[in-house]
Amino acid sequence: MKKWQEYGTTLIGIILLYIFLIVLMAVGLVNGYHQGVLVLIGINVIAATSLNLATGYLGQLALGHAGFMAIGAYTAALFMQMIKVINLPVDIALVAALIVGGLMAAFFGVIIGIPALRLRGDYLGIVTLGFGEIIKNAIFNLDFTGGARGYRGYLGSINLTKMYIIVAIVLTVLFLLIRSRHGRAMISIKEDEIAAEAVGVPTTFYKIFGFATSAFFAGIAGGTLAFYQKMIDPKKFTFMYSVEIFIIVVLGGMGSITGTVVAAVILGVLNEFLHVIDQWRLVIYSILLVIMMIFRPEGLMGSKEFSFVGLVKWLLKKMNKSSVGDDKDSASLEVK
Amino acid sequence: MNVFVQQVINGIHVGSIYALIALGYTMVYGIVRLINFAHGDILMMGAYFGLFSITIFNLPFGAAIIVAMLVCAVFGMLIDIIAYKPLRNAPRISALITALGVSLFLENLFRVLFGAEPKKMPNVSSLQGHISIGVIKISYVTVLTVLLSIIFMVGLQFIVKKTKIGKAMRSVSEDKEAARLMGVNVNKTISITFALGSALGALGGVLYSVAYYQVEPYMGMMPGLKAFVAAVLGGIGIIPGAMLGGFVMGLVESLSIGYISQSWSNAIVFGILILVLLFKPAGILGKNVREKV
Repeated sequence: MKKWQEYGTTLIGIILLYIFLIVLMAVGLVNGYHQGVLVLIGINVIAATSLNLATGYLGQLALGHAGFMAIGAYTAALFMQMIKVINLPVDIALVAALIVGGLMAAFFGVIIGIPALRLRGDYLGIVTLGFGEIIKNAIFNLDFTGGARGYRGYLGSINLTKMYIIVAIVLTVLFLLIRSRHGRAMISIKEDEIAAEAVGVPTTFYKIFGFATSAFFAGIAGGTLAFYQKMIDPKKFTFMYSVEIFIIVVLGGMGSITGTVVAAVILGVLNEFLHVIDQWRLVIYSILLVIMMIFRPEGLMGSKEFSFVGLVKWLLKKMNKSSVGDDKDSASLEVK
Repeated sequence: MNVFVQQVINGIHVGSIYALIALGYTMVYGIVRLINFAHGDILMMGAYFGLFSITIFNLPFGAAIIVAMLVCAVFGMLIDIIAYKPLRNAPRISALITALGVSLFLENLFRVLFGAEPKKMPNVSSLQGHISIGVIKISYVTVLTVLLSIIFMVGLQFIVKKTKIGKAMRSVSEDKEAARLMGVNVNKTISITFALGSALGALGGVLYSVAYYQVEPYMGMMPGLKAFVAAVLGGIGIIPGAMLGGFVMGLVESLSIGYISQSWSNAIVFGILILVLLFKPAGILGKNVREKV
């Protein structure tokens, strides 16, 4: 297939999936409550895929994602408040606020990344963890954030359609980034940092760049969360939330964007059922995490990706030689 | 001046607890190159076992400390054998994630078993009261904490420097393969390291809960993190560094509570970590080691 055909197939796939959702809604299988769950899953998808960029592709353990989400949320909310006087159309203001929130988070990502990423080893995990705590501390103590009561002000609104579009855009950008020269540079750092440096990859630059990009999308996830909930509850952005996002990444496979999406959906749906035994939920997740690391450290999908192009190719192949029985390779899982 | 001296005394009190916990981090890091996230939760377990020995089994305070240390030493070894041993040769990030998983597991298991609300540590009658020097008061708890931590630190130093098992620990942390060739039982040595570190962490936990009167499932998180910062500050993998880092950390924290603000003290502590990593990443006592390919 040619490049444009592949892009076209993917676009059609995305639209078909959306139509499928609309149909489910129209039939009534997805009610208002389910839509809320889906929006929250969407937010987790953005947060987890952005973390996957830092952890799965760059190979750096980052444990302060909730901190970046908090920065994005507050920045987006305050920006929305500021541009209220200009009377922009709501959706344009929304997009602008999300991007500003993301940029602010990326800025902090650079500030945190420079000291931590110059070092080899596991310092980034601890620094980001500490950074998340600092952010939480700051939010509770500063005036303009509304302190522990939370921020209530003029906020935009997000519904399932907007959420779907945002998720689709974020995933597309991430995919394009990972498949580009820069993405390959990042993966080379994960594989072997010394070797990458030896062949001329500016490792420090790419580590900070990747980490800041990851923070940028985390900021966007935080902004969407703020707009969806119409308020910001600072108690949400704890270490536990960072860990929940991290679990999604590990479960889906470090180094697989679509794996992360699948894991976010599975865990999101599972959460609804596990509400009854809410207090055991994290016990189960943590056991899952340890078992996963011991027996299947690569996660559900490893570094494989699901793609609509692969699916179409696989279907075409099936149709062409439907008589051949031994064609059992799962080509829909296109190996990178 | 009085405020200053009082804050310094508080700082030494908290600092000695941080130093005890930091020792566990540094020993484990020195020997298996793993940030043992679960170490903060060993502290929490130590506090719980201490509490139960006092309230349920009516043991005297001294015996409660010993029980907590022994039980936690066993748990430390179990954690190593169950969760970390299968991953000895796996990528470091897998081991880190496992450590995080163990930490989460312990926190949430204790939350489910014993409830999320803080339990009150009973007043230990022999520890009430204080020594007065002029206007400065030093409580017995502070005296006991500092004394116990110094005794155990000296004891640990003795074990590491003078005994056979200490020699084995040093050789394993230097070069695992060479140690194995020399007939050192590497797995046993690592288990003993975990046991020693966990016992010290449990001691820290009991002392911490006596100082702050409460025991709850997430209590290990913050002191654990600060102790880790202390270990990095002193130079991770270096035992005297962890002690020094712990005391520095405690002093910085209590002085910033006294002179800047209570609510910002955590932020200041982590700010220090970032500064240390910027200017002296190997820590105060650390030497720069060249990385070999």
